[in-house]
Amino acid sequence: MRKNREDTRRGAPLWAPDLIRRRRPGRHRGPPLQLKNGIYCGFIILAAFLIPLVDRNAYHIDVLVTAGIFMMLALGLNVIVGSAGILNLGYAALFAIGSYTYALANIHLHIPFWVGLWISAFSAAFFGMILAFPALRLSGDYIAMVTLGTGEIVRIVLNNLDPITGGPNGLLGIDHPAFGIAGYNFGVRSEPYYYLVLGLVILIVVVLKRIESSRLGRAWLALREDELAASCMGINPVWAKLSAFGIGGFIAGIAGAVFASKQGTVSPDSFDFVVSVMVLAMVVLGGLGNIAGAMLGALVLSLLPELLRGFDLYRMLLFGFAMIVMMLFRPQGILGEIHYQEEFENKLLKRESGAKL
Amino acid sequence: MKPNTLSQSSLLRVENVTKRFGGVTAVGNVTFSVELGQIVGLIGPNGAGKTTLFNCVTGLGLPEEGNIYFGDSETLLNRLDPDQIVAAGVARTFQTIRLFKHMSVLENVMVGAHSKTRSGILGALLRPRWVLVEEKKLVSRAHQLLHFFGLDHKSYEIARNLSYGHQRKLEIARALASQPKLLLLDEPAAGMNPKEKEELLDLIRTIRKSGVTILLIEHDMKVIMPISDHVVVLDYGKKIAEGKPKDIQRNPEVIEAYLGTGTYPSHA
Amino acid sequence: MTASDVFIQQVINGLTIGMIYALIALGYTLVYGIIQLINFAHGEVFMVGAYLSLLIFTLFTGIFAGIGGSVLFLVLTFLFAMLGTSVMGLVIERFAYRPLHAAPRLAPLITAIGISFLLQNAVMLIFGPTDKRFPDLIPIHQFSFGAVTFTNLQILIAAVSVSLMVSLQIFIKTTRTGKAMRALADDREAASLVGIDINRIISIAFVIGSALAGAGGVMFGMYYHTINFHDGYLAGLKAFTAAVFGGIGNVPGAMLGGLLLGILEGVGAGYLSSEWKNVFAFLILILILLFRPSGLLGSRVVKKV
Repeated sequence: MRKNREDTRRGAPLWAPDLIRRRRPGRHRGPPLQLKNGIYCGFIILAAFLIPLVDRNAYHIDVLVTAGIFMMLALGLNVIVGSAGILNLGYAALFAIGSYTYALANIHLHIPFWVGLWISAFSAAFFGMILAFPALRLSGDYIAMVTLGTGEIVRIVLNNLDPITGGPNGLLGIDHPAFGIAGYNFGVRSEPYYYLVLGLVILIVVVLKRIESSRLGRAWLALREDELAASCMGINPVWAKLSAFGIGGFIAGIAGAVFASKQGTVSPDSFDFVVSVMVLAMVVLGGLGNIAGAMLGALVLSLLPELLRGFDLYRMLLFGFAMIVMMLFRPQGILGEIHYQEEFENKLLKRESGAKL
Repeated sequence: MKPNTLSQSSLLRVENVTKRFGGVTAVGNVTFSVELGQIVGLIGPNGAGKTTLFNCVTGLGLPEEGNIYFGDSETLLNRLDPDQIVAAGVARTFQTIRLFKHMSVLENVMVGAHSKTRSGILGALLRPRWVLVEEKKLVSRAHQLLHFFGLDHKSYEIARNLSYGHQRKLEIARALASQPKLLLLDEPAAGMNPKEKEELLDLIRTIRKSGVTILLIEHDMKVIMPISDHVVVLDYGKKIAEGKPKDIQRNPEVIEAYLGTGTYPSHA
Repeated sequence: MTASDVFIQQVINGLTIGMIYALIALGYTLVYGIIQLINFAHGEVFMVGAYLSLLIFTLFTGIFAGIGGSVLFLVLTFLFAMLGTSVMGLVIERFAYRPLHAAPRLAPLITAIGISFLLQNAVMLIFGPTDKRFPDLIPIHQFSFGAVTFTNLQILIAAVSVSLMVSLQIFIKTTRTGKAMRALADDREAASLVGIDINRIISIAFVIGSALAGAGGVMFGMYYHTINFHDGYLAGLKAFTAAVFGGIGNVPGAMLGGLLLGILEGVGAGYLSSEWKNVFAFLILILILLFRPSGLLGSRVVKKV
């Protein structure tokens, strides 16, 4: 497929094969920044690859693995809350479903990780889409409560269906990932998980970037800006919302399977409301809808507690305080939302003049 | 030009449509039709129910009574969702501008063409050849459309940064992106200066020449009268007159409706 | 005791807790009606009310003696707790929510969650993570009516709750401030155009809601004899369910919702374990939001295009 000169000047087609591998702004906003962004990303990925070779501290790597899992969760929630603009306070439920699905599949049916990963992803995607149904008809605040409620219901169910889910003790004896032929088992070392998570994060980002610059991504953005107008332009809100929840769920499922396989056990405590809130905070901190922002937010909020190790008792306290401060001074997040400036300005004007815009 | 009879060949047939909001009858038993290739004007004092009627046609409000037929196949619009109606070939603009303010001008138009494109999740992920081709065609068509409206040089501008007149034009461009058979314009000239209104008239005529039928709501008689083949007048939700612009302007009931609310239709 | 007696007993017990839920629910509904914000931190205000009364008791016990002293002590406890929670509500509104009036919808939500975390953990750090024993502020007497028993405490709770709710209704219906609140809830722009000080009214709504929640907290502690820093989260969620149940933004609705939810919970307590009870409450919430988001008494909102 030839790129003709005219296209390059106007905003090169994003389908040019050699550019697909890089992260770049996929929106039709102007001449491409592909090359510059591509170089930055290349560096970051290279640096990420080298970390475990340079820093031999197993604990550090472990922390980074956890950060990576949170990155996946933040990216997934970012799709629902940021890109499609639907509030979700029960994301941990999808994470839990992913984990428990792999756990059950592995324990009872001896399904290996690499297959279980897919099963988890699809089952979480499926549940995500079921959860989407209330979102189809309700407005923002109400969706928040519904998702909160569902998150809690899932957790309580997992905590009480002892024969299936092992109740409060959860499930034990989950296999770690392994390459059967080579006989290599991930075991409890952190390094293999690190590279696994790194690879998955890169994959997820590529996928999300592709969607962002596609018809679906545009539909989400339009939906988020003005659902009524979007439907009057031919966008089916049901399709768009289901897709968002499905993809968000899919990613949560992947994260869940990785988490379960690394821990070797799953229990309901790992999936409570606090987790949902933390992931939401990561997304908001980075900037709603912003893919790089979600990753940054996840990194910051995962590593911060580690840096504050000494203040263990005060962690949650500081976390709450940080959330308040963050909203007071930079509600649009570190890297900025896709959609913030105008809403803010409009409302500010409205309040000051008391008049309708 | 023949008066509109409710012939079976009408592009749009609004039949005995009634829409109520609680105790208020916003639209009461309105019947009229729009023929293929016409420009039909919908006028009436404020609150006459014109936008409500548009909403009924585009699926934003379910009429309590009556039916709305569209096209040869007589599709019942009042049974469809807004996005299905767009797919059937009806597009609209809004009285208050409802652009996607944070998306670029080009993207707004591309979204307008949503119903004419097919790529979904898998298409976005795997990017097979047909998706790439579709995307390329979409971009070039969008540029063409913007060029027609004189907005191409602003393709990458964020929509909210455009001037008011440009935003109005963009709204129309976005609606046209779905290649509609019927275009509903809700007060497209609102807030425009006389020069812009002249441009708008030319624009609308050119759009009609390209094969799109137009139904338009307007308050400014200098816009509606020169351009409409046929005019329908609403007052308090009821149709009080319809016919050729010249006849409407002399119609005593119409004059009274406007005089009663303090607005007098000026001669074109 | 026959089955119907058991049922009536459950209903009475349910009504008691229902009154407390109603008081908390009023706080949610008052705030939501005016600024369309779900005050996630409201449950913690309630919890703080309970702990404040515990604090007063521990500090001043023994100073008051005899029945007269006991009643005085009770009144002072209520007043102090309600005052404390009112101040808290005021501070929260003034410094955490007001600056965000113009911010995107998500911002106050995150702030509210942050405040909730802050309060829960602050209380946990100050008072300890374990359940705290809440003393009897008045000597408990039991009464019987047929096979059904109730205590003077339950009567007290009913009396206090009902008088507070009635006062609120009178306040809203007759006073200028009350009318201003209704005006603000109805049409914000019009209210500001006629000269209503929006900020002041919002603050008042928060203060009233928090005071009611504080009273609820005191009675909660007296009724259940133990309090825990986590109680706010659960009670808050249930009270919110009650508010939505009755129609969010609707004052009598919140009262009705609270009572009904309390009865449902009381009846359910006989048959379900506490965790499943919570599932039940959440399910109700979801079902209401799905099928009748305007609640029992709420009005349908017409969207204009």
